[in-house]
Amino acid sequence: MFTREQIAERGFYTQHFEQGKQDNTLILNMGPQHPSTHGVLRVMLEIDGEYILRAEPVLGYIHRMHEKMAEGKTYAQFITNMGRVDYLHALAWNWAFVGAVEKLGDTPPTPRAEYLRVITCELNRISSHLLWWGAYLLDLGAFTPILYAFGDREELLDILQDLTGSRLTYASFTFGGVVADMNDALRERITRFIARMRDRLHMYKSLVTDNFILLGRVEDIGHIPMDMAVRYGATGPVLRGSGVAYDVRRAEPYSVYPQLDFIVPTSDRTDALGRYLVRMQELEQSLNIIEQAVVQIPEGEIQAKMPKKPKIPAGEVYFAVEGARGKIGCYLQSDGGGSPYRIKLRAPSFSNLSLFAELSQGTLLADAVSILGSLDLVIPEIDR
Amino acid sequence: MIDPQLLRILIALVGILGFVALNALALVYAERKIAGHVQRRPGPYEVGPHGILQPLADALKLMGKQLTTPRDADPVIFWLAPILCFMPVALCILPIPFGPNLIALDLNLGMVLILAFAGLGVLSICLAGWGSNNKWGLLGAARAVAQNVAYEIPLLLAVLSVAFMTGSLNLATITEGQGTWPWQWNVLLNPLGFIIYFICALAETNRAPFDLPEAESELTAGFHTEYSGMGFGLFFMAEYANMIVACSVATVLFLGGWNGPFAPGWWWFLLKMYALIFLIIQIRWTYPRVRFDQLLNLCWRWLVPLALLNLVYVTIIVKL
Repeated sequence: MFTREQIAERGFYTQHFEQGKQDNTLILNMGPQHPSTHGVLRVMLEIDGEYILRAEPVLGYIHRMHEKMAEGKTYAQFITNMGRVDYLHALAWNWAFVGAVEKLGDTPPTPRAEYLRVITCELNRISSHLLWWGAYLLDLGAFTPILYAFGDREELLDILQDLTGSRLTYASFTFGGVVADMNDALRERITRFIARMRDRLHMYKSLVTDNFILLGRVEDIGHIPMDMAVRYGATGPVLRGSGVAYDVRRAEPYSVYPQLDFIVPTSDRTDALGRYLVRMQELEQSLNIIEQAVVQIPEGEIQAKMPKKPKIPAGEVYFAVEGARGKIGCYLQSDGGGSPYRIKLRAPSFSNLSLFAELSQGTLLADAVSILGSLDLVIPEIDR
Repeated sequence: MIDPQLLRILIALVGILGFVALNALALVYAERKIAGHVQRRPGPYEVGPHGILQPLADALKLMGKQLTTPRDADPVIFWLAPILCFMPVALCILPIPFGPNLIALDLNLGMVLILAFAGLGVLSICLAGWGSNNKWGLLGAARAVAQNVAYEIPLLLAVLSVAFMTGSLNLATITEGQGTWPWQWNVLLNPLGFIIYFICALAETNRAPFDLPEAESELTAGFHTEYSGMGFGLFFMAEYANMIVACSVATVLFLGGWNGPFAPGWWWFLLKMYALIFLIIQIRWTYPRVRFDQLLNLCWRWLVPLALLNLVYVTIIVKL
């Protein structure tokens, strides 16, 4: 524990603000209840007129100590926690943990389960990106697109419900497999969804992306130069929007991704529009991946033979997957017992949020909202 | 003996208040229904057939709510603002000719009266933002003042172009100056004026894409963040009343007022007015919001010079 003096000396997050405001500036609390912080993120702003002089994110409002919780649960029990870390791309988090356990125990899933994981995870990525798309435009004052996005998402969630059993907080990955199989009817529905979604993406482009008011709000806003993105450890579309083609699915291949043909979209624009376009292209790429996966998927078991209580050997392991927001990492240490000895989760939103303080300096309040939206933050993931 | 002119105005004011209140209810319903259909959902559906009683339920809910005054607010200014917001709107409708004889106050300077009172609206928003002692409210008020003052200039210039053409500021005379058929209306003789007026009207009534003073995703609710119950309700009604005024004036100035083919009368006036309101609502649910500097750039760089050019064009037309 630190004393108040020590905290002040070491530079606590609110330190800048404890010094008080300068002449003619206003200190503004954006959040934890604010329509465009998407949850309970709090950002302290010092503004001069509408120009932001300093910004500091204040975290911890939805800290649920998932990492500590793992130490008191069995491995299987902890899977349900993972669906709640990032509720928008829950399956990627499932995968990060399950993959880490499988890597440590050397119990790979069956080939059919690998493909089912890819299909559900990519479907989940699409639903996450769709929600981001709607919410971002809502931040920019366009009310309608989010309902269009939710219309598509509804169809997608129906498919995912039949594939995994849940609609939001998925926990469908097991050690060595998945809980449910895909039948021909579902395969047919997925194929129809892909065709429909391609149409919709085309419509979204002409209806929304090309709108000149929207372009005015995202073009040349929030430039993240490549070195800055790397310096802050940004991953996912935020990093790719700055021109770095880093995607865990390609950089540290896992599962059957090497056998699937897709490109890693990047943009050299480095602004909010760049990140926007990268995400829109990722939607198309995810559709491509699913299209190939439903064809390539082999017949067979969906669950590898596993003992009822899997024995995880002592040791440590790190496993990372590509989530909708970036690199999701799970560091797992086992002492050979029934529950993890220690778990550390790497949340991509945390690194991406840390860009905000530097990014928003000198911008207008409205641009800060646009920047915050373009980072695609999920607050429960930041606080874990 | 009571002055008949005064009596006429009093009766008209009561009528106007009723008209505005009824219209506000109808427009809230229309707005929500249109928004619903734009967004692929039915809109209000539960209260009454097709949710037709929803605005009534909303109004009752707003009236039933507690009126809270923030602790550090200035109560006089805080509560003066919503009242002040609504009153000028009612006065603005006085000189508008809805039909050949349906005019409350046949003033030679009717247009000036409307512009003068319309300018008062921004004062109430300023007071609301200042009086509620809330930083978001203050930012909203500052935006409102800058926006409304800026857009009043091209608005005046657009109105002036019509006054040049007709040679009058009397709204009844302006209406009569335009003929029965659409090609005789000012909108075709002076299209640029109409476009400038319409854009400025959107900005003056704080409607999307120029709804910056209450930009929800930026300023939570802007100048009316702290208002509850009917305090908010009055601002809400004033917004719709402002839309009615702006669209009525546009109808008179550019769309021939109550003139129309076959059977001229107040129905033509209402038809045109509601068509414009429909357009405004449609725009709100379609476009994203502009940024503040973009808003002012549009005004100073484009609308003001264009409006001035338009004046030159109109004077040439008048000369010819």
